Amino acid sequence: MGLILRIKKKFGFLLKWFFRKDRMKIGIYGPPNAGKTTLANRILRDWTGDVMGAVSDIPHETRRARLREGVRIEVDGKSVTLDIVDTPGLATKIDFHEFMKYGLPEDEAKRRAKEATEGVIEAIKWLDDLDGVLLVMDSTEDPFTQVNVTIVGNIEARNLPLLIVANKIDLPNASPARIKAAFPQHPVVPISALKGLNIDSLYKAIAERFS
Amino acid sequence: MEGVQLNLVSKDRLDKMASMEKIRMILDEVKNGKIVVLESGLTPEEEAKLIELTMLEIDHENFVGIEVESYPQKSRGFFGKLFGKPKGRLTVIGPANRLKTLQKREDLITALVQFGEG
Repeated sequence: MGLILRIKKKFGFLLKWFFRKDRMKIGIYGPPNAGKTTLANRILRDWTGDVMGAVSDIPHETRRARLREGVRIEVDGKSVTLDIVDTPGLATKIDFHEFMKYGLPEDEAKRRAKEATEGVIEAIKWLDDLDGVLLVMDSTEDPFTQVNVTIVGNIEARNLPLLIVANKIDLPNASPARIKAAFPQHPVVPISALKGLNIDSLYKAIAERFS
Repeated sequence: MEGVQLNLVSKDRLDKMASMEKIRMILDEVKNGKIVVLESGLTPEEEAKLIELTMLEIDHENFVGIEVESYPQKSRGFFGKLFGKPKGRLTVIGPANRLKTLQKREDLITALVQFGEG
């Protein structure tokens, strides 16, 4: 049984290549506050006129994965239809005291922390049901975090196509070059999901990578 | 003598353990305030499973999670991906309130271990 699973895992990408779907299920992953929901909202607003969910400065605002089906992106004659999954931020620790620093009362901070732990588990579970991943990193932060290393390792182990989104390039201390240097084996697209900077390059990369 | 206990687990020992056995051992030790150093680390799937189980064990009072330090996987090339097994690299795991990452680079990790609770 283990052998069959290993073979399926190793050669699954070949099967996927031969039997390509007309719709790809793409997960938006990343650490908390990287701008995942802001990006999901930007994509939906640009291509469907809708939004995915609320955003906030308090980490772990998204604590349940959200799925939006049938988002069609067309760039330079290439088109791709995506089912987009906006996942909760991945973390190895969740301390409710951190939320209290943002002014949340203790009860609410504890509830948020509990929901956040459930959200992390949900995000990890989704990895097994995806056809590709948009990994959002904050360009102003050190990219060599354990969460980024673990996500990239899991995507590589599953042979899923990956596009790294270097977000928040509108901020003065942003350094997308640092992300490129950290993960040279994967394509990196610098953008600002909030301001829409370089967003056309991202759509072009999505159409090329996931079509 | 007061201090923080470090458990250095050899590759030989890790090779003999099943994935869940490794993860359980790590979590039990870390929840007891110890730092675990794995000579050959964990596979990416094991790292994800460790995060998943950590989330289940966070009690928001005594245990708020873990800090994990490891290097990115080395690129394995086409044939390495087809026929090779992903190899973990040296990994340090500790309680989030005791182990803090100061700086992490491709080939150097600097961390701080606190004696008391952070």
